[in-house]
Amino acid sequence: MQQSKTARKVGKYATTYGVWVLASIITLLPIYWMIVISARSRVELFDRPNFIIQSFFEENYINTINDPSLQKYMVNSIVVATSNAVLVTALALLATYALSRWRLPGADNIFFWTITNRMAPPAVFLLPLFLLFTKTFRYGDWILFDTRIGLILLYCVFNLPFSIWVLQGMIDGIPIELDEAAMVDGAGTGMILRRIIIPLAAPGMAITAILSWIFAWNEYLFAATLTSVKARTITTGLAEFVTVTGTNWGEMAAVATLTLIPSLAFISFVQRYIVMGLTFGAVKE
Amino acid sequence: MRQNRTAWFFLSPSLIILFIVGLVPFFYILYVGFFDWNAFSLQKGMHYAGLENYRRLVFDQPFINSLLLTFRFAVYAILVQLVIGYVLANLLATDFPGKWFFRVIHTIPLMVAPLAVGATWRLLTIPGFGPVPFYLDRWFDFEYSISANASQAFWTTVIMDVWHWTPFVTLTMLAGLTALPREPLEQALVDGANRLQVFWYVKVPLLRPIILSTVFIRLMDALRTVDEVWMLTGGGPAAATRYTGLYIWRIVFPKTDYGYGSAMSLLTLYFTILISWLLYTAIGQQRRGER
Repeated sequence: MQQSKTARKVGKYATTYGVWVLASIITLLPIYWMIVISARSRVELFDRPNFIIQSFFEENYINTINDPSLQKYMVNSIVVATSNAVLVTALALLATYALSRWRLPGADNIFFWTITNRMAPPAVFLLPLFLLFTKTFRYGDWILFDTRIGLILLYCVFNLPFSIWVLQGMIDGIPIELDEAAMVDGAGTGMILRRIIIPLAAPGMAITAILSWIFAWNEYLFAATLTSVKARTITTGLAEFVTVTGTNWGEMAAVATLTLIPSLAFISFVQRYIVMGLTFGAVKE
Repeated sequence: MRQNRTAWFFLSPSLIILFIVGLVPFFYILYVGFFDWNAFSLQKGMHYAGLENYRRLVFDQPFINSLLLTFRFAVYAILVQLVIGYVLANLLATDFPGKWFFRVIHTIPLMVAPLAVGATWRLLTIPGFGPVPFYLDRWFDFEYSISANASQAFWTTVIMDVWHWTPFVTLTMLAGLTALPREPLEQALVDGANRLQVFWYVKVPLLRPIILSTVFIRLMDALRTVDEVWMLTGGGPAAATRYTGLYIWRIVFPKTDYGYGSAMSLLTLYFTILISWLLYTAIGQQRRGER
């Protein structure tokens, strides 16, 4: 009896592991294949498909890292993503603090309006944004088109609603009694923010900032249409490999692999929150 | 009650930025949609055209085809994701050693840039050195060519979307499963229901709100898919995978038909809002029904 029970347990785990090992292989295979291609030279490229990396052709990586325009794109991506993540986290903290602690007329509508900004298909806004960036938003000769500031502001359209939705839950979770106790002691709003809200919301702010950073880093469509030379990001650099005739697949794979690194580095921190973020807090775990 | 002025002061930077990058563009397409404005046309500048752009849209068969194609793509992808996601979520709902590890691996596709997803799948399916055409030909004698066969290109984009977004469905389903009340399930088992009956008559009704929310969010995402498909097929062969986002991009940029592109953007936005509103009310009714 005892034996059959253990046998059943092993059998149950066996299917679980079987399915999960299969699912993991399917998940990792395309990414692994990309790394295989990134390790091949042009000559080896058209060898028969072989999933074992026989010799690592570092030149693909060395060439891409030393390419001046790709370096510039990489720097642009880092600057844009970091500035945007810091900006949206700071603004979202203030906004959620206001929404959480004051009864504002129409607060629910404001909240709902922010989500619609993230839901809209970006392709719909390409044209108006292109025209606004090239023709309307200008100061003398200076236009918003092809500037990092333009992208930093623009990425707020999807990252700010996201940050507000994630942080809202965190700030609501901080007991209002703490604020009240501090107020009794004579603390002003700024003091409460600095001494109570920010320290307690810090983990949530870190997750918001990381996920916003990754979304900004991954963005392509806006970056491709609203920049031309100076402010191009790494995803547009990746896309440029394909449009140029005689694609250098090895180098393209190397660039694509490099763009994955930040996301993979942070994945174990944020994987519990990504669902909450992607469902606007509708689904919590 | 503290001063409302402070609250508005805190809120205003966010609202101003969202106004500039979210609301102004919306009113801009509303306005430009009434004009005939093509950067390459003989008469330069904008010319008031009334509803001409919208009249053209209704008879624009390629655009309507593209909308239907996008919808078909979304429906197939989401159906497959729901089935696989449900099975995987069930396997995650019980504890087993190493669960955390598999879960992290499963989450990876969600974090990959859509453009890089397109790049990986292109490397897999490219004729010449991609393993997919190679092994399909060798093992099954099946001729696979993403750049020539329209239906193969379409299904490849569906499979790519399944790879990219199934983890999301798994995780929402898991959240739903762990929140399920135990009593109805146990009651059903006591009453002698078999597993299929428990699934269909107990679990599915209880999970319906979460299934609807998942479908709602996935549909929004699928309808705006551009990056990965652009990288994988470029919308081709011919127009086989030219989903609405790619279609609008083509009208606006290579063709610079701004007035028409605006009308098209507005109509697409309208469809998206309509579909999301229908689903949203369905969710709302479901919630009300529970009480």
